[in-house]
Amino acid sequence: MKTGWEQQGQQHPGEETEDKRVLEGRRSFFLWLVGIGAATMTALLSIPLVRFALYPVFAKNTSAPWSKLGSRSKYASLAVPVRAVVDIEQVNGWMESVSQKPVYVTRGNRMGSLDGVQVLSAVCPHLGCEVPWNPDTGKFVCPCHGSEFAPDGSLIQGPALRGMDTLAIQIEEEALMVRYEYFQALLPYKKVVG
Amino acid sequence: MSKQQAFDRPPQTAEGHQFSGFFHWIEQRTGLNKLLHQTLDEPIPGGARYAFIFGSGLLFIFLSQLITGLFLALYYVPSVDHAHVTVAYITKVVAAGSFLRSLHVYGASAMVIIVLLHLSQTFLYGSYKGKRELLWVSGTLLFTLVMGMAFTGYLLPWDQKAYFATAVGTNVASEVPVVGGFAKQMLRGGNELGTLTVSRFYALHVLYIPALIFLFMAVHVYLFRKAGAAGPISESPIHPTQKTESFYPRQLLMDLGFASLLIVALGLAAFFVPAKLGPLADPSDTHFLPRPEWYYRPLFEWLKVWHGQAEMVRILVIPAIVVFLFIGLPFLDRSPERRPWRRPVAVGIYSAIFLGLISLGAYSYFEDAHDKDIAAQLAQQNVAEIQYMKEPFKPQLVGEGLAPAGAVNAAANPLAAAGRNIFQSHACFACHGEGAVGTSIAPRLIGIGNQLSTEQLEQLFQNPTQKMTSGGMPHFKFTPNDVEAIRAYLDSLQ
Repeated sequence: MKTGWEQQGQQHPGEETEDKRVLEGRRSFFLWLVGIGAATMTALLSIPLVRFALYPVFAKNTSAPWSKLGSRSKYASLAVPVRAVVDIEQVNGWMESVSQKPVYVTRGNRMGSLDGVQVLSAVCPHLGCEVPWNPDTGKFVCPCHGSEFAPDGSLIQGPALRGMDTLAIQIEEEALMVRYEYFQALLPYKKVVG
Repeated sequence: MSKQQAFDRPPQTAEGHQFSGFFHWIEQRTGLNKLLHQTLDEPIPGGARYAFIFGSGLLFIFLSQLITGLFLALYYVPSVDHAHVTVAYITKVVAAGSFLRSLHVYGASAMVIIVLLHLSQTFLYGSYKGKRELLWVSGTLLFTLVMGMAFTGYLLPWDQKAYFATAVGTNVASEVPVVGGFAKQMLRGGNELGTLTVSRFYALHVLYIPALIFLFMAVHVYLFRKAGAAGPISESPIHPTQKTESFYPRQLLMDLGFASLLIVALGLAAFFVPAKLGPLADPSDTHFLPRPEWYYRPLFEWLKVWHGQAEMVRILVIPAIVVFLFIGLPFLDRSPERRPWRRPVAVGIYSAIFLGLISLGAYSYFEDAHDKDIAAQLAQQNVAEIQYMKEPFKPQLVGEGLAPAGAVNAAANPLAAAGRNIFQSHACFACHGEGAVGTSIAPRLIGIGNQLSTEQLEQLFQNPTQKMTSGGMPHFKFTPNDVEAIRAYLDSLQ
């Protein structure tokens, strides 16, 4: 089958009439118009597609929910840091899972304390190992790289660059509530992650 | 000039200037420009017409379905456990999710409408004539595949209407004699509608059927270009004589105009009236009235209105005749005559079938609206959907739904669920124990299905043994369906 395009080339070899040039000019103008129209349409339509695909990347992280640590009176007279476990509800897309994170309730007046009580994340601010309380030395000592922290979590000796991170707390109906968060490691100051 | 030289010389465009080196290099290796021009210069006898826009309209909607579908797959999970929650997540949470899903849902309806328009135009213009038999047959296959896409896609959200419509839809298959039961099991991946069904429908919807659509679309377009555009009804189907006009620019502009109209209409509908998602499928809901989408309503009504007599005629003979006429059309109607008014038999039969289908569909809606109970139940289902759409999204708790095995089995199997209802309502548990575990006064019934057939069970209910009567077993009058359900429930407890 000969297409119109081939027929044209054969019927008028090298013939360049005024009419034809006008026709071809109009032809390429239309092609441009169609092209621009199609490109605009595509660009417009791709907005929802891009938003849809990128949603999990830019989804606002809803502020970490408050978890209950137990009644306030339980922590009224602390001699040494007490380990506790917080249930954290994690939402991953359409899925929700509950995980448990260790924290320490201690006495102290660092930022975030409430009536002399503070809650420390057990995650080492150096590289993220879980830091245990050592009752013999009366210090928190990280098992990974040996950072040491005072009972209130403040830094005694590196390699950590800051003290153990305090978590936000509040009292709700006589219960101690904590908002568990992750903080970026290897910084001399606290910075919430994600 | 040798052939080789001619090939190496940069081709000239119509405007007379040469391609730049890069485009020439690409063109020599791909021939894309030539292909583009062959596409755009397709000659149309009698010139461009709005009647010819439906084919490329279909291609356009198919692309839209393909793109929105590819994106929906970013979030969807094909399993009974997660299908509904992922669709709810898409609809209620993800940015533009409701919009894209609505485009996809409404696109399915648009596709059916346009495929019918394309088909009708081809039929009325007699465009299947003149060595175009295979072109028509490939079209009928594509039509079937489009309907298959609509059918398989409908189940995937796993909400109430999806579950029940597909339960009915797959049951239809089992009405076909001999192979029906097997076909139903193949579709469902077993006897019941469950997670295997969702996997199968998903695979069909996103892999198998689309692959076949691509294949037959290529065949369809190839055969179309091979035969050439048929042109208007006044044109000879075999030896076209009318002055041709190339596809570009006027036909292309008409096609693009139609495509723009479609996308604007779909976009407005999707934006202002987003597609709804109903509550999670509950197989034990005995009140839910299944209703298919509008394009399956005629078939639904056909299977409903005429029950009892002449089953074979209804289920097999008449549908077979319609399918035969549909696929065989170009072989049956062989005259070169294209004008509809000169083809009274073909046009008459076509109109009769088409109007018949429309009447069946319309009657189905009319019936629903005029039966008070049905109308009330359907309204209630609609309200449930609206309410569900208003509820905020609730993420699925991992580990949720790990109920005892018996409960899960019963919930996943509607027959077993019905059996459980009978077991509860007839207070069977009073003697046989909760969950049919047996008590001191009546035996354990779990596993009885392994010992007795349904017929034997029925016999026992009708003619209880001496032991049963003396033990105080009441005389129940169960229908065979009830017995089947009870048996399914007892089997599910194993």
